[in-house]
Amino acid sequence: MIRFTNVFKAYSRNVLALRDVSFHIAKGEFVFLTGHSGAGKSTALKLIYAEEFPTSGEVRVSGYVTSQLKRSEIPRLRRRLGIVFQDFRLLEDRTAEENVAFALEVTGARRSTIGPKVMRVLAQVGLAAKALAYPRELSGGEQQRVAIARALVNDPLVLLADEPTGNLDERAARGVFQLLRDINASGTAVIMATHNLELVRQTPYRVIELQEGAVVYDSAVDEPGKGAVLP
Amino acid sequence: MTLTVREALLAFRRAPLLSALSITTIAFALFVVGLFGLVALNLRRALMGVEERVEIVVYLMRGTPVEVATMAISDIQAFPEVAEVRYVTEDEALERARRELVEFQGLLGDLQVNPLPASLEISLKPGFRDTEHVRQVAERLQGFRFAEDIRYGRDWLEKLDRLRDIAGIVGLAIGAAFAVASIIIIGTTIRMGVLHRSREIAIMRLVGATDGFIRRPFLLEGALKGAAGGALAVALNYAAYVTVDRLVFDSVFYEPPQALLIVLFGTALGFAASAVSVRRHLKRI
Ligand SMILES: Nc1ncnc2c1ncn2[C@@H]1O[C@H](COP(=O)(O)OP(=O)(O)OP(=O)(O)O)[C@@H](O)[C@H]1O
Ligand SMILES: [Mg+2]
Repeated sequence: MIRFTNVFKAYSRNVLALRDVSFHIAKGEFVFLTGHSGAGKSTALKLIYAEEFPTSGEVRVSGYVTSQLKRSEIPRLRRRLGIVFQDFRLLEDRTAEENVAFALEVTGARRSTIGPKVMRVLAQVGLAAKALAYPRELSGGEQQRVAIARALVNDPLVLLADEPTGNLDERAARGVFQLLRDINASGTAVIMATHNLELVRQTPYRVIELQEGAVVYDSAVDEPGKGAVLP
Repeated sequence: MTLTVREALLAFRRAPLLSALSITTIAFALFVVGLFGLVALNLRRALMGVEERVEIVVYLMRGTPVEVATMAISDIQAFPEVAEVRYVTEDEALERARRELVEFQGLLGDLQVNPLPASLEISLKPGFRDTEHVRQVAERLQGFRFAEDIRYGRDWLEKLDRLRDIAGIVGLAIGAAFAVASIIIIGTTIRMGVLHRSREIAIMRLVGATDGFIRRPFLLEGALKGAAGGALAVALNYAAYVTVDRLVFDSVFYEPPQALLIVLFGTALGFAASAVSVRRHLKRI
């Protein structure tokens, strides 16, 4: 479903963010992307959602080669992805409900279908009771749940999460992580970039570790027994 | 479409202060342009008042029969430049002199014979009231055998020509400068609004909004701001006009279509400024 083939990414002549990265992520997989700060985790995710394009090599997402997409085709790709960030990126002047609905309105969904769908995902992330709250009225963990609900509302193939627990305390982080596991359990692939090695060690999921832009460890390749955990 | 309208209106509700600020800024920029237009309008009217006095007088030879004069009048009336021809008989000329030259009343009253000639007073249509045209008409009039003398204040006409040229050039330059300034101000104001929402735009793109979807509410918002600013500017201009008209001197205001033009100018500018700002912004991300 997502395939990197000999991907190099240079931001400028002296910043090489990814070096010869190749991997394949299947439908329904849960994958951790780990590595020190500056290792290239966010860059790898950006290449998936076509915010950046490989300098050489090829990134394929659900059949599309990202570098061959026209600008006008990128929104179509993004609607099949759910994206979550450390800083939530909610619209401050819209309620939780409106933030989630927004991702549907963008696709031109019919109004009558929006309401029920929004309530369904808000219930799924455990925030049905806070549908009318504004982001500033929500805790960090709750805000991240709204962001996850927004990412889910279009039934994505894969949820991309860039340090989703980075701004949260231990408890909230655990809750959000559990939510991602549940989402994965119901069939959605999840790719989560994280620093939190403890979480990584405690779970049986596949780990891809980057170091200075290169893949130095991929549990699916190096320890085939471990990465095969599928729901 | 309804979504576009809703998003554009929401933008006003979400940032009422910024919206009010940009509308006021646009209004003041257009107010200055409008004020300049008013000054130009009133100056032109004053100039027209002066121009109306441009006149060619043909003095007829003594003894020119009335029938000849009448025929000549219809000939002259057929000149494309001519608005009106008035026949002033010898008696009328004397009458007028008595009325207007009060100092010589005694002298004129005692006359046995009328020394004043009959004349044709020819006024020209607007657009022909300059030295060049007046001279052409005068030359043609010279061809009439009964024309003894032809008069048309040449010096005065040349001054009027110069005044007209200067007013035209200065008006165009200042008007253009004001228009450009207002374009820059409006462009900057709209751009501020776009930057204010750059985070929102980034999030829209992230969840898969097309460029068109992102752009549309901004275009509508820009057009609405421009229209509101334009309408406010017209209202301010009207207030300025009423004040001047009442306290300083008699003046005129825009005809409704002209006032509408200011509103449309604002609308178009707001729309165009939004289009440029959003396009530039989207190109960078
Ligand atoms: N837009 C950019 N322009 C130039 N250089 C960039 C850009 N984004 C990232 N980089 C560089 O690319 C390298 C990889 O960055 P990236 O953000 O992918 O790392 P990361 O693994 O996500 O780090 P962190 O854990 O701190 O988020 C870094 O050296 C970074 O400085
Ligand atoms: Mg990062």
